[in-house]
Amino acid sequence: MTDAKPALTPSQTVGPFLHLILPWPDGPDVVPPDAAGRMMISGRVLDGDGNGLADALVETWQADPDGHFAHPDDPRGVVASAVAGFRGFGRAATGPDGAYAIATVKPGGLPAGDGRIEAPHLDVSVFARGLLDRVVTRIYFDDEPAANAADPVLAALPDPERRGTLMATAEPGGYRFDIRLQGDRETVFFDV
Amino acid sequence: MTDQRVNDRVAAPADAPGDRYVRPRGVHPRLDTPAYRSTRLRAPGQPLVPLPQRLTEVTGPLFGTERVTESDGDLTRQHDGEPLGQRIVVHGRVLDGDGRPVPHTLVEIWQANAAGRYRHAMDNWPAPIDPNFSGGGRVVTGADGTYEFTTIQPGAYPWGNHRNAWRPAHIHFSLFGRAFTQRLVTQMYFPGDPLLPYDPIHQSTPETARERLISRFDWDATRPDWALGFAFDIVLRGRAATPMEEPHDD
Repeated sequence: MTDAKPALTPSQTVGPFLHLILPWPDGPDVVPPDAAGRMMISGRVLDGDGNGLADALVETWQADPDGHFAHPDDPRGVVASAVAGFRGFGRAATGPDGAYAIATVKPGGLPAGDGRIEAPHLDVSVFARGLLDRVVTRIYFDDEPAANAADPVLAALPDPERRGTLMATAEPGGYRFDIRLQGDRETVFFDV
Repeated sequence: MTDQRVNDRVAAPADAPGDRYVRPRGVHPRLDTPAYRSTRLRAPGQPLVPLPQRLTEVTGPLFGTERVTESDGDLTRQHDGEPLGQRIVVHGRVLDGDGRPVPHTLVEIWQANAAGRYRHAMDNWPAPIDPNFSGGGRVVTGADGTYEFTTIQPGAYPWGNHRNAWRPAHIHFSLFGRAFTQRLVTQMYFPGDPLLPYDPIHQSTPETARERLISRFDWDATRPDWALGFAFDIVLRGRAATPMEEPHDD
């Protein structure tokens, strides 16, 4: 077969022992400790009974405050961030009570490609024992009502009642964002 | 059998800008797999919502060698002494779904020791810890997408999923590719393992895709008087103007 494309590798669960290698000492630092505007996004990862997951890994990916990615596939070109040491990526294992935290700056809005603007957001992957594939969600910010009202992803949610599950709420030092894998207030998860 | 999750996946709207990545169909396990007991309180109950692939999705962290030290690729040389067990070389290529190598991308692995015990506080089954084996490794693929680890053959181990449940020997893999959409965490198994048909985690994979998780014994990579070789290629999602359909077992 000359035109055969290789078959994609299936996902498997991260399992309970991810801590052997995946957490990095500086994993939660999307920005360096001395970055201007640095704040925490923290919360808990909860199961269908409302109990925290002690063995989950939360990863985040975001633009910088100017809406830039230092990535060659950004069609706008690679632009160095005004935030020195900005990494864009955060990785945090949950603690015994399911709590995670990353240290970051609020991202800027992004052109959606159709004239609209995506509101400030982070893409989130959650890995855990019991998850055979990662689940993907987004963190938006509840103190950006105008931007959120214009966001194409939020506007397209099949059930507007669940929009609140994607909103981080302001608290001293940053924002709170809980991730509920199941149940009445199950977080919206995306097929990306 | 209807694969709810697969059926819930729909293609991104045509107005999504930039390169877009294939949406896998019939590749990944269903999140709701009751035979794997830990899914019951953790698998989401609501259908996944389609997310068009825009800037945040088509970009992603690009890690080079800054996350890797020399001993990270040889799990047998991370301590003063050598670990017990069968020394093996695991190698392969990281490709995208179009068959192109994924160069300079971080590959992280972790595994149990030869006795099937993880060096982890939460693993307390009575098999011996090996003081010379930590079980974690990192490498970065070369310009041609190749990677290689030296390690020891991990053992099988019992777990509490059901009566007499044993995980087949496996090595966990974590890969980034170059975009958020390409992120993959998986497990590599060994050829001929009699435990595979009994393992609800391996069996959760669609039948047509299950074999892809099993490495191949590689005579050419086997080192005389030193180590057995196993080959394991990993294929991340490719870019596609037209979505690629794969057969799936519904």
